[in-house]
Amino acid sequence: MTTRQQIRSTKGVSLKHPSGDKRFQILDATMKRHQYQQDALIEILHKAQELFGYLENDLLLYVAHSLKLPPSRVYGVATFYHLFSLAPKGIHRCVVCTGTACYVKGAAALLAAVEQSAQIHAGETTADNQLSLSIARCLGACGIAPAVVFDGTVCGHQTPELVGDRLKEYLGKEQ
Amino acid sequence: MAVKTLTIDDRLVSAREEETVLDAAREAGIHIPTLCYLEGVSEVGACRLCLVEVAGSSKLQPACVTKVAEGMEIQTNTDRLQNYRRIIVEMLFAEGNHVCSVCVANGNCELQDLAIEMGMDHVRLEYQFPDRQVDLSHDRFGMDHNRCVLCTRCVRVCDELEGVHTWDMAGRGSQSHVITDLNQPWGTSQTCTSCGKCVEACPTGAIFHQGSSVGEMVHDRARIEFIATARQKQQW
Ligand code: SF4
Ligand code: SF4
Ligand code: FES
Ligand code: FES
Repeated sequence: MTTRQQIRSTKGVSLKHPSGDKRFQILDATMKRHQYQQDALIEILHKAQELFGYLENDLLLYVAHSLKLPPSRVYGVATFYHLFSLAPKGIHRCVVCTGTACYVKGAAALLAAVEQSAQIHAGETTADNQLSLSIARCLGACGIAPAVVFDGTVCGHQTPELVGDRLKEYLGKEQ
Repeated sequence: MAVKTLTIDDRLVSAREEETVLDAAREAGIHIPTLCYLEGVSEVGACRLCLVEVAGSSKLQPACVTKVAEGMEIQTNTDRLQNYRRIIVEMLFAEGNHVCSVCVANGNCELQDLAIEMGMDHVRLEYQFPDRQVDLSHDRFGMDHNRCVLCTRCVRVCDELEGVHTWDMAGRGSQSHVITDLNQPWGTSQTCTSCGKCVEACPTGAIFHQGSSVGEMVHDRARIEFIATARQKQQW
């Protein structure tokens, strides 16, 4: 890289991010890798959520402007998929699969166990911000049903006891 | 330009190969009910009111997105279709909050017209009474989500004719709803040019001119079609 290119590229970055927030630089790099293609929206929203934890309106607008997509389209996509969250999430995440296979294998009891011990419903976050609970419709892991995702790791053959133990770890940290 | 010959309700009809069953039927003066279809913008096949029977297939096909084919035999108004259409209209009524007697579009509403056409004297399904919002933040227009049938006609006119894509659909399933920009009040939209096309396009009283009272909201659909085709037909 020549000095001039270096200057230009640093200039570009500083122009785009007066906030100085490094995460935007990473997000930019991801969009660049996808050549700012509009059909890479879902991948880019994934990256944005991974970086920022959730998809704030400003962030959606930033993605919309960068990909030259209408804001309403970006918002529509972000609210269509359960995996995207527009509100802040807790430190730990628990996703109970309530797809057909898991349901047959007792997902309802698992969900009830989590709701009971965390005192929240699916779609909510505990007051101490330790845990967010959500449900999903088939994770594609029916062979190990009933399945629960703890912090991004799919765990199969779950029982209310196993789930309870894991939650104790998560929720106990505060005490 | 290849021409296809088909029969619709036992009548021989010819159509250009790029035409849909709906186009062919309309040209022949055969009425097929529609709701999400809007002359001048793309078709989405969302409402399923235009379903027709095609001989040799057990699957019903939406006329607005089905291309004509040689020798096709179409039935547009069998008992089965009439029954399905009535159920669809009943579902639309049960899903939203449609109170014609206080609606700005009373007497000028495509949903109401369909209900009359289907002979819907009452709704056999359980009303959902969803909790929906009204947005009066725009200077000139209003949006009442209670009356929205999610046909996406507003989304398509705004995107395809006005070119600013203010509207889109958000959420999924029973939570689906139309939004302006980032689900913000319409009046704060950065993209809306206040052109009014969505107001003309909406089949119900969901989008209306501010200040209209019961039955005063008259939509001018011909205007949408004119805007879409005037240039190519050199009507300016
Ligand atoms: S008034 Fe025009 S620009 Fe504004 S939302 Fe309606 S169609 Fe789009
Ligand atoms: S607001 Fe009107 S045009 Fe838009 S989706 Fe709802 S019913 Fe259709
Ligand atoms: S139903 Fe749970 S993984 Fe398929
Ligand atoms: S008019 Fe064909 S599906 Fe709505």
